[in-house]
Amino acid sequence: MNVPFEKVLEKKESYFKYLRLDKLPTIWCPGCGIGQALKATCMALYDLGIDNDQVAMVSGIGCSSRTPGYFDGFTLHTTHGRALAFATGLKLFKPELTTIVFTGDGDCFAIGGNHFIHAARRNIDVTVVMINNWIYGMTHGQVSPTTPLGSQTTTTPGGNYEPNFDVAELAKAAGATYVARGTAYHVTELKKLIQDGIKHKGFSFIEVLSPCTIIYGRKNRMTFEEMYMWLKENTIPVKAWEKLPEEKRAGKLPRGVLYHDDSRPEYTEVYWNRVKQLSGGEK
Amino acid sequence: MAVKGIVEVREDWCKGCNICASVCPTKVLELDKVRAVMTVAHPEKCIGCKQCEMICPDFCIYVFTPEEYEEIASA
Repeated sequence: MNVPFEKVLEKKESYFKYLRLDKLPTIWCPGCGIGQALKATCMALYDLGIDNDQVAMVSGIGCSSRTPGYFDGFTLHTTHGRALAFATGLKLFKPELTTIVFTGDGDCFAIGGNHFIHAARRNIDVTVVMINNWIYGMTHGQVSPTTPLGSQTTTTPGGNYEPNFDVAELAKAAGATYVARGTAYHVTELKKLIQDGIKHKGFSFIEVLSPCTIIYGRKNRMTFEEMYMWLKENTIPVKAWEKLPEEKRAGKLPRGVLYHDDSRPEYTEVYWNRVKQLSGGEK
Repeated sequence: MAVKGIVEVREDWCKGCNICASVCPTKVLELDKVRAVMTVAHPEKCIGCKQCEMICPDFCIYVFTPEEYEEIASA
């Protein structure tokens, strides 16, 4: 009683309508968490009822930035670190498009760090899904700005000695108005976070903790299952985190909506109002 | 006992990462180590929780309710 999968996909209206099925299977290593992030984004769009031609997905360079290749909508694969710069231009000219930026920790915080803080400062209505896999996966495992202290990478063979970024705090300090953290293990929760991020009018930043199974995992002697269990055991929902005493917080991370602020004006609105004002009439 | 869920694995997309099996509460799925794809070893144990479908990074698992399955199979 085997039903072919293709028949199901044709038959059932689901989040699969946002995927380019002819391009699958994906290029990522077995067990990579980027697939879940893409799935969560597609499910969020499906639940919000946004059409394929109302979404633009922008990405830079890196493992995570291969996602637009599998996304059926407007897509833009740009230069390393400049995804947010391109997305800012796109959103300014077409404010009606839902703009999602898929980026990784190296792309967003190493080479694109400056673009990130300025996009956050302007509070432009872009949803950033930042895949944090603690390493540069595509170039085979160099140390990245988010690599935890003591981790093995190709460029730090004796263990990493550089302190890492807390990217959620950085986004908050730079002026992002929606900051959330999800994991590749908690996919339903991640879907909810991305959905809220898309609905939020302003700069939304969602950090997705995603295990780099083959490169980070092998260098640090962790199996696929151990990496996913690490995510399960070491991330705590925000409400429980707030009640947790200071000494128990070491080595753990809060997940959920970390910061939400609706009071600041959104950049594209301010921009087009200014244009109207100066040109003395309609757009 | 009535079947609560029917699991389908699309083998040509599966990379055999075994994460679906590690989250399954009733151990329905098993890894075929020779071909490196997941197989539905114990279909009768499925409780239809859809955890494997949610966590699969390669979009290759689908869990139906029996009614849904009937509808698709008969069409």
